[in-house]
Amino acid sequence: MRLIKIAWRNFCYRKLSSLLTTLNLTLGVALVVGVLSIYGIISEAFVRNASVGCNLVVGPKGSALQLTLNAVYYLSQPIENLPFTEYMEFFDADARAKMVKRYGGDPELGERDGKYAGFIGGGFAIPLALGDYFGEYRVVGTTPDFFERLRHGPSVDQPFTFAEGRSFVESSPEHSVFEAVVGSRVAATMDVSVGDQMNPTHGDPDGKGHGQGFQIVGVMDPTGTPNDRAVFVNLEGFYLLEGHAKPIEPEANIVWPTRDENDTSPILLSIPEREVTSILVQNEPRLLALPLQNLISEGQASQAAAPVGEINKLMSLIVGPLTKALLAITAITCFVAAVGILVAIYNSMNDRRRDIAVMRALGARRDSVTWIILLESLIIALVGGVVGWFGAHVAIFMAGDYIEAQTGIPIGLLTMSEMEVYLIPIVVLLSLIAGLVPAMSAYRTDVATNLNA
Amino acid sequence: MLKLTDVIQRFDQPGGGQLTVLDVPSFEIDAGEQVALIGQSGGGKTTLLHLIAGLWSATQGSIRFDGLELSRLSEQGRDRFRAACIGYVFQTFNLLPAFSAIENVQLGMTFGRQRVDIDRSRELLRRVGLSDRAHYRPHQLSVGQQQRVAIARALAGRPKLLLADEPTANVDPASAETVLNLIIESCRDENVALLMVTHNLEICERFQRVDQLEQINRAFGDSEHSKQTMAPEDSACV
Repeated sequence: MRLIKIAWRNFCYRKLSSLLTTLNLTLGVALVVGVLSIYGIISEAFVRNASVGCNLVVGPKGSALQLTLNAVYYLSQPIENLPFTEYMEFFDADARAKMVKRYGGDPELGERDGKYAGFIGGGFAIPLALGDYFGEYRVVGTTPDFFERLRHGPSVDQPFTFAEGRSFVESSPEHSVFEAVVGSRVAATMDVSVGDQMNPTHGDPDGKGHGQGFQIVGVMDPTGTPNDRAVFVNLEGFYLLEGHAKPIEPEANIVWPTRDENDTSPILLSIPEREVTSILVQNEPRLLALPLQNLISEGQASQAAAPVGEINKLMSLIVGPLTKALLAITAITCFVAAVGILVAIYNSMNDRRRDIAVMRALGARRDSVTWIILLESLIIALVGGVVGWFGAHVAIFMAGDYIEAQTGIPIGLLTMSEMEVYLIPIVVLLSLIAGLVPAMSAYRTDVATNLNA
Repeated sequence: MLKLTDVIQRFDQPGGGQLTVLDVPSFEIDAGEQVALIGQSGGGKTTLLHLIAGLWSATQGSIRFDGLELSRLSEQGRDRFRAACIGYVFQTFNLLPAFSAIENVQLGMTFGRQRVDIDRSRELLRRVGLSDRAHYRPHQLSVGQQQRVAIARALAGRPKLLLADEPTANVDPASAETVLNLIIESCRDENVALLMVTHNLEICERFQRVDQLEQINRAFGDSEHSKQTMAPEDSACV
């Protein structure tokens, strides 16, 4: 009969004690797996959110973190707004001239390349204008490029897809410039779908509602990014909402666009009347990102922040200590569970001394009886560890749909965080260490005394 | 096969000094021989068995078993010797409660060098009349049945010497007869030498050789010794 079988029989014989000790460990391991999984989900969500598909965020001077939180996460309040001309600096003379011609503005703007145009290459610059809300969700004025050029996902290669409808266009025959696309979470919680009207409120969730509404033409698939929690509207329509036009300076030189008498489309804001909250920039080649960032930040009006760097700083500020706290909880939980094993086995040692003495009388060596106790610890560790680990994963898997809906992160049954790989070995090691005390007691058991006890 | 020469066993006294419990100038058992050792409680019988089994190392003297000098063996060596050569039947049976009858028998083979022979464990249980109780736990067996399992376990490792420490003391007279017959006949069938410690004179009638502890243990003769030199375990088995 192998020693492991003897240990297993001892485990089974003291059913209640063994089960309670194992349950203690099971719950401990499940708690640790739960904590690690939550940490993993948070980290993954941060990483995914940081993968915004652009390498620079440009906004007014101020806190780079606030800019990132505002432009990428749609959190925090905008620092200020940038003049539209700052956005135009990312385009060459032709594109700038077209903007002047379409919106109206100083013709000189179209006579030169933008300061940053040479850095963009095959990349893009996408304007964002924030300030309005739909319920608790941010309304983001932007251009169709947002959906055509931005990518998301772990490898930042997935285009935005639509559960329903389509992206908005520059101007549609049916709704002109008043089209909107809603993120998946917004659609679910606000109970809106394609064809519904969306009226933003100005300034804050309880602000005054704009009279002009937007027709929802698309509902995005979940992305696991803050875009799930936003409403995107055509920037041109956004500008036309009440209170969104910047007053024109008296000395401004504006050449207004020519307009057909039969044209019933809305008159777009001129360039001096326009502002953007931030600009998402992807430059190519990406090696030029740093010089571009420096060039922008050296200017008077704006700053450029690298969102991944800012998010990593935030991670190290918040998630770093959180990780340490979680690791401390993990260590304490494992330690308490190991002490539970020690106490349970040690308390049973008085009942076992005669059994140990009998085995010694049958020829068992001291190290054999020591190993039997250690193997019993090992059984508790493995049963408790594996059941706790698997049970926690089943529980997390069962909550997978909810987690995916909230974070966009798919949860597989055996999706593991990195640290989990070490969990079972650590539990086994701690259990063996805990088993050493009763094992040494077994080692020292006096045979003759206990045979006749 | 077994030869004790000038074996002395002393124990430390709580107040200092040592007490001599056993002083055996000479004691021998031949292969297959069956010996009853009779003596009063506290006379050092259990101490003698523990020394022969290698559970203790003698303070002084020689214990040779088939030419092997036990006093020269390490504790591990004595463990191996015990597993290979000694079978032990206790007064209180000492079956392990977590194991079934057949598993208790198999434990008798577990710690030796030979592999666990399931057929032999079944055969031994059949021989002690407990084939139908093979999977019963000790608490499901009567005391007589428990002692029969203990006999099967003691023989499982094919020992050369079976030590029986008052094996009938805790069973009823009818069961005692059965247990005694089983031990004597099984040892004869397996050519195992038997040293049975008892203070029951009726049992001694079944043995060709009966030794009195008073005659082989010089320490026993001293009445002062007999009171003072009891090892705690000797007093415990009274």
